[in-house]
Amino acid sequence: MKTVIVVGNGMVGYKFCEKFIAASSGDAYKLVVFGEEPRPAYDRVHLSEYFENQDAKALELAPASWYKENGIELITGQRVSDIKKEAKEIHTASGNSYGYDYLVLATGSVPFVPPIPGVEKEGVFVYRTIEDLEDMMAYASQIKAIKPNGKAAILGGGLLGLEAGKAVFDMGLEPHVVEFAPKLMPRQLDTRSSNVLRLKLESMGIQVHLSKATNQILGDTVIEGMEFGEDDQLDVDMLIISAGIRPRDELGKTCGLEMGTRGGIVVNNKMQTSAKDIFAIGEVALYNQMIYGLVAPGYEMADVAVNQILGSQDIIMPENIDMSTKLKLMGVDVASFGTPYMPADKGLSIIFENKTKFLYKRINVSHDGKTLLGGILVGDASDYNILHQMYLNGMALPDNAEELIVGARGEGGSAFGSAMDLPDTAQICSCESVSKGNICSSLLNGESDSLKDIISCTKATTGCGGCKPMVVELVNETLKSMGKEVKDVICEHFEYTRQELYGIIKVKGITSYDVALDKCGKGDGCEVCKPALASIFATIYNDTANKEDVIQDSNDRFLANIQRNGTYSVVPRIPGGEITPDKLIVLGDVAKEYKLYTKITGGQRIDLFGAELNDLPAIWKKLIDAGFESGHAYGKALRTVKSCVGSTWCRYGMDESVSFAIELEERYKGIRSPHKLKGGVSGCIRECAEARGKDFGVIAVEGGWNLYVCGNGGATPKHAQLLAEQIDNETVIKYLDRFLMYYIRTAAPLMRTAAWLEKLEGGIDQLKKVVVEDSLNIAKELETDMQALVDKYECEWRQAVENEEIGKRFKHFVNADDRDDNLVFVPMREQKMPEPWTN
Amino acid sequence: METLFQQYAPVSLEKATVWFKACHERDIPENGGACIKYKDKQIAVYHFKRKQKWYACQNLCPHKMEMVLSRGMIGDSEGIAKVACPMHKKTFSLETGENLNGDLPSIATFPVKLENGFVYIGFSE
Repeated sequence: MKTVIVVGNGMVGYKFCEKFIAASSGDAYKLVVFGEEPRPAYDRVHLSEYFENQDAKALELAPASWYKENGIELITGQRVSDIKKEAKEIHTASGNSYGYDYLVLATGSVPFVPPIPGVEKEGVFVYRTIEDLEDMMAYASQIKAIKPNGKAAILGGGLLGLEAGKAVFDMGLEPHVVEFAPKLMPRQLDTRSSNVLRLKLESMGIQVHLSKATNQILGDTVIEGMEFGEDDQLDVDMLIISAGIRPRDELGKTCGLEMGTRGGIVVNNKMQTSAKDIFAIGEVALYNQMIYGLVAPGYEMADVAVNQILGSQDIIMPENIDMSTKLKLMGVDVASFGTPYMPADKGLSIIFENKTKFLYKRINVSHDGKTLLGGILVGDASDYNILHQMYLNGMALPDNAEELIVGARGEGGSAFGSAMDLPDTAQICSCESVSKGNICSSLLNGESDSLKDIISCTKATTGCGGCKPMVVELVNETLKSMGKEVKDVICEHFEYTRQELYGIIKVKGITSYDVALDKCGKGDGCEVCKPALASIFATIYNDTANKEDVIQDSNDRFLANIQRNGTYSVVPRIPGGEITPDKLIVLGDVAKEYKLYTKITGGQRIDLFGAELNDLPAIWKKLIDAGFESGHAYGKALRTVKSCVGSTWCRYGMDESVSFAIELEERYKGIRSPHKLKGGVSGCIRECAEARGKDFGVIAVEGGWNLYVCGNGGATPKHAQLLAEQIDNETVIKYLDRFLMYYIRTAAPLMRTAAWLEKLEGGIDQLKKVVVEDSLNIAKELETDMQALVDKYECEWRQAVENEEIGKRFKHFVNADDRDDNLVFVPMREQKMPEPWTN
Repeated sequence: METLFQQYAPVSLEKATVWFKACHERDIPENGGACIKYKDKQIAVYHFKRKQKWYACQNLCPHKMEMVLSRGMIGDSEGIAKVACPMHKKTFSLETGENLNGDLPSIATFPVKLENGFVYIGFSE
């Protein structure tokens, strides 16, 4: 058995272990890991989150038990003090020695502390470990106790410094970021983007001081301020130094490995140091004369070292290392990729800047305009992933490259293709080195079947998580291409969407549920497909719910809304909310006679609650004799068309909103749809009928009506969107016929118009094309179908009252005339209510 | 309310000692249900025509203790005959009474037999 010793248990050291365990088999190797910190490796990238939750476990990459389970000997809290190259041994500070076959140095780096006079003063911290954070937090709370408006400075406006700024911000101190360079994040941003970021940070209360060289730290033994120039100083109570890193390379130096002139252990593209059995990875390794302070290259180095040790010698570090980064700094997106800024002789830049929204986008393209060389995004980095992939894979730029950052004009389409257009080699998750090919082939060869599978097999998205949108897209698109698209099928009995089933039933002329189940379904049906089919039949043939009552939802079966205690509510239609005093008196008389609770509904009609099943026919007989009809309040159907009083009475009214509301309600009453439908008509733009909160709304304006569609109130309120302007009554009806029929045909069960429009490809523009311009050439058909439904209207309560056979349905017991003796009502504000539920 | 629920204990075919003549076959809609009264009990009876079977169970839904199960839609879930409560669509196996889409207590089921066009339900008391 060979022994591999890993010195250092940071993120890269851990990654080495993880990859080594995954790639090695059997007992050929033993891994011994030394960590200097008291705890196993944790996620330093998200260190600032520790301020929010103070949960060190949450940052842990793997618990101590993981090392044990995988046969790794983890020795924490011990520092390795010496390497004996010739003897192949390491010595620890506590005097132990261990022999190795391979040695991997992953000692990482330490914060660079500039030699400023006074840095040793109390209140000066570095930002690197959980212990650093704990010390800072303890100190900050001391300050806050005596000085609620305390200030803290961060020396260094780079990536890590701004992270530290967030930490200070979270601690409740006033943050000041002090940077030596004339811009923030000097390695990633150009001056203009730095200015945009600075404005944004300042708007959030983070002060930024650029071009400041700190001469000394002021104060006796405790920090009181920083001095930049003779008369330039900043009073602070605390200082966090984040001025870059220095590799922790003492071990390499003392044992005589080849070192860089400014530190770092020199490695070749196999991650090998000048001693062939000693490897160095991560921030201690000097590769191509560079120290790479990002986690992704560190992980890649770990992978190379694993492969080299295990014998896959052709896996080497690439020549050029991608230093692209995307991060969220205090909620602000910042990303840079490729060559973020460059001299003009190398290429040209396209720049978009909008300081009012703290937005900056820059892309650099080759002189011939064909290749993307790099770029910067501040404020909105949602396009980073795709831009980054275009850069990495040298993909061709579109003709109008500016569309990549300002969006395509006109149709609202995107200049980007889909993630599926990327080559298989495209690296999607750079933290875990997962390529597009890895993801797609895992799905194609059946190893994975879902996003969840992909994440557990490939670990994609588990690092920084920035690649998640692309991974989701790849998974969905690949599954779709395999015909595995998760279809919105009705239920286990019908493997069709509602729209497909609608087509089949119409074409085959199927008129009953059992036939539909036999011809295009399986099993015996259920509470999901029965009402869905009932709705489809109603939409095609407009038979009432009385025709096949056992497939109706309970409310439709008993033509009333079942309420909390199993009694029903009765809602007669009051078109447009207009009612005569005589009819009001009838409602009152009926309610009194049957002891019903009465309430005005939101749709301008009257609801009578607490009716027992046995009484429903008698109640409705009285209502029908007085000229009422079913209000379909129980159905997925048109409920009401709400109106304001309009020009007949209102001094502002532009048109007769009540008359038109009545006309519309009378036209569409009784029509079943995928979900309930509500309408509204307002006589002027004051919009008292709240028409824009309805599935369809009509508002009188100068020169006609404006027609709005696909709004709703409820849990997710949506304003209806303008479909047509200044049209006459006839055109409103024509467009409404088309719109409603199109919705009824194509929506999923229980999908309201707003959700339907959201799913409709092309949205309201597409809907306008279909309804107004008749782009699909179906307008005539939609109108004819709608007219057929309108012509076939019948009041289903009249049927139920007049037909003795139907009337039998409304009995609580079929073998007795008794009532349900389980009903208990209690008094409530001069009326009654059901006894409250106890469970 | 608990006591109401406890009134209903399942009866197996072997344990049925009383066969109550509940109603005529025609009184129960095909592929639907209705409620019958036996002493002070409410029993839902279903004619599951597609399966050529009859089922009976308590009318009380154990979720909110309302007498409504007879008004529910029937169907199957992977072959198991079930009823969906009209209140909140809790589903129960008509074979075993088990709640199929939650962890509510089971409902009591009763054996059904048909003779000369009449529906008989088996009770043990």
